[in-house]
Amino acid sequence: MSTILITGADILGEGRADVLIRDGAIAEIGSGLDAQDAQRIDADGLIALPGLVDPHTHLREPGREDTETIASGARAAAAGGYTAVMAMANTTPVTDTATAAEWVYDRGMQAPHVDVFPVGAVSKGLAGAELAELGLMNRSRAGVRMFSDDGKCVADPVLMRRALEYVTAFGGVIAQHAQDPVLAPHTSCCDEGPYSGQLGLPGWPAVAEESIIARDIMLAKAAGSRLHVCHVSTAGSVELIRWGKAQGVDVTAEATPHHLALSVELLQSYDSVYKVNPPLRSAEDIEALRAGLADGTIDVVGTDHAPHGLADKQHDFEIAAFGMLGLETAVSVICTHLVREGRMSWADVAQAMSVRPARLAGLTGHGRPLAAGEPANITLVDPQASVVVDRDASQSRSRNNPWHGRELHGRVVATLLRGQATLLDGMVQPLTGATV
Amino acid sequence: MKLPHLLQIEGLDREQITTILDTAEEMEAVGQRELKKIPALRGVTIVNAFFEDSTRTKMSFDLAAKRLSADTMAFSGKGSSTSKGESLRDTVQTIAAMGIDGFVIRHKGSGAPQRAMDWTGLPVINAGDGMHGHPTQALLDAFAMRHALGDLEGKHVAIVGDLFHSRVVRSNLHCLRTLGAKVTLVAPPTLLPPGVRDWPVTQGCEITTDLDAVVEDVDSLMMLRVQRERMSGGFFPSESEYTDGWGLTRERLARLPEHAVICHPGPMNRGLEIAPEAADAARSLILDQVAAGVSVRMAVLFHVFSGGEGSAA
Ligand SMILES: [Zn+2]
Repeated sequence: MSTILITGADILGEGRADVLIRDGAIAEIGSGLDAQDAQRIDADGLIALPGLVDPHTHLREPGREDTETIASGARAAAAGGYTAVMAMANTTPVTDTATAAEWVYDRGMQAPHVDVFPVGAVSKGLAGAELAELGLMNRSRAGVRMFSDDGKCVADPVLMRRALEYVTAFGGVIAQHAQDPVLAPHTSCCDEGPYSGQLGLPGWPAVAEESIIARDIMLAKAAGSRLHVCHVSTAGSVELIRWGKAQGVDVTAEATPHHLALSVELLQSYDSVYKVNPPLRSAEDIEALRAGLADGTIDVVGTDHAPHGLADKQHDFEIAAFGMLGLETAVSVICTHLVREGRMSWADVAQAMSVRPARLAGLTGHGRPLAAGEPANITLVDPQASVVVDRDASQSRSRNNPWHGRELHGRVVATLLRGQATLLDGMVQPLTGATV
Repeated sequence: MKLPHLLQIEGLDREQITTILDTAEEMEAVGQRELKKIPALRGVTIVNAFFEDSTRTKMSFDLAAKRLSADTMAFSGKGSSTSKGESLRDTVQTIAAMGIDGFVIRHKGSGAPQRAMDWTGLPVINAGDGMHGHPTQALLDAFAMRHALGDLEGKHVAIVGDLFHSRVVRSNLHCLRTLGAKVTLVAPPTLLPPGVRDWPVTQGCEITTDLDAVVEDVDSLMMLRVQRERMSGGFFPSESEYTDGWGLTRERLARLPEHAVICHPGPMNRGLEIAPEAADAARSLILDQVAAGVSVRMAVLFHVFSGGEGSAA
């Protein structure tokens, strides 16, 4: 493999330094490094982060390859600075068996732009009735350690209890999409409050999320197990997670870039690009999420990248599909709304978008410190650059990008996956075949 | 006065609403002529796109357009176009491509008329969307009340019943308050819309669960229909309990001030939210509301599609 020399990058905790990469690993970090045979990347003014890890991606393959494939999602991930993504289980068929998990894993291995790790379903067919083969998925080639019925809530408290208990056998984690299906049925599409009332859109009450989180914290405590709460959206949820952690419960939480930045007011346009589940919330909720992320109550940023074709979005708001794209804009959104606002340092970003997501998902080759001997998974960000988002420049097969036409600050310039540039000078590299 | 569209009452000022109501007076006169037709919209083609059933509103709009000599086409999206796999955007763009001048749209999805306008660039009149709005209903209610009570400035209107699911209430609130009326909202706690006290339009309004406390103080009592299917959602325990708390019963009818009028957007559940004696009382405007519907819709069509120049009739 090739030799790469990154010169003059801002290495977190070390200041300005060069990084020499050989055979996919970091060989040396220091100043004035040189290597005759090296491909040089001028990183003057750029910040070097450990390669980003998305704990929450929807890749749509198998089943909806018209909206995203593992390969196209992998390119979008590289464009966003990611070196690993966790692929949610709500595909067709559902990732609820060892065979299905291995299929996604193997397919991901053929996608050279990012490492793809399948999330296993908690229940067979996401039906919420019987446990999926959690142990077989764990012992499969895919080595699944994170399980979620995301898209749906594991609503049955007995099933949730069993799932939490069962994964303690192999240190797994249950990632819950917290949505009480009676309080917030599938038709719910707008934060319940002044806007749902005035816009006449079915309300999605905060308590439908909070009551499940409260319950699950108690169940995780009783089971001595690990709970991860996906896409936390309300101020009350942040409070509950803070309380759960104070109780010593092993609970982690995730916030999406869009819940950290976009508010329910946008629904006044009735534009379905803003339809997401859970829904965009109020300014007070956004502030609570930002505070929670800044103080570590919210552990990780997950994109909930959810590609949809136009045909599924160009309906009236109430029946359009839920979800928005997120992989390519995540870093810029976090830079714009948290880093530049002084709420997070880049070291905090590294924790929330790489180190802790990797730990959460049990990944050993990602979220590592930038140090000699570590895999060369590196993301270079220009914190000064700004971009006006153009949905048509996306690597994704879908165009449901809520940031289209908006200016965001901070730009991912390069992504290296085990020493191979998947993104260089802001351009996704034309790679084919397996990287491993 | 040219209106680019009528998606909602929000955004219309008092002068615009008054102009529409005044035009509706002229249109009412047209309806009393021997030849009930004027050439104002000759050559204009309007599509009545009713994605959701509503015989009354559809007939009212159709008659209004015909009296203005417009050509109308009907589109019924029963079961919704999506059952055929076509998106709302494709449906409205396809119709627009036929060279029509605009739409009247009824849809079960809130915001659908707004999106149809975004996608086609044509003027759209909202004939009721989801739980959001029903602007011509609000205008015709105001028209009927203005006839009966005179200028609505300072008049006290109580809107009573299922405010949660009603698309009429939001439009009426904006219309009545813009015209200077005092509005009180009355409903069981379960049928008050979430966050209603934080709406800009309800600032300064009384919101109460106690109908008996307001019934002697109103100039108009606007009763909303209870959608019986809501019962299964447990919004209230039983019909008799609802009637006891929020129905316009004979007893409450007797306590209404002498001059006060009764409105109901229909169709009514006689005996549930309104006693037969109240529905049929001389002070009931229920049939006046239906009649006003045609005149008001003529006025709206006129201002949106004719350019609104000069006198209508
Ligand atoms: Zn989810």
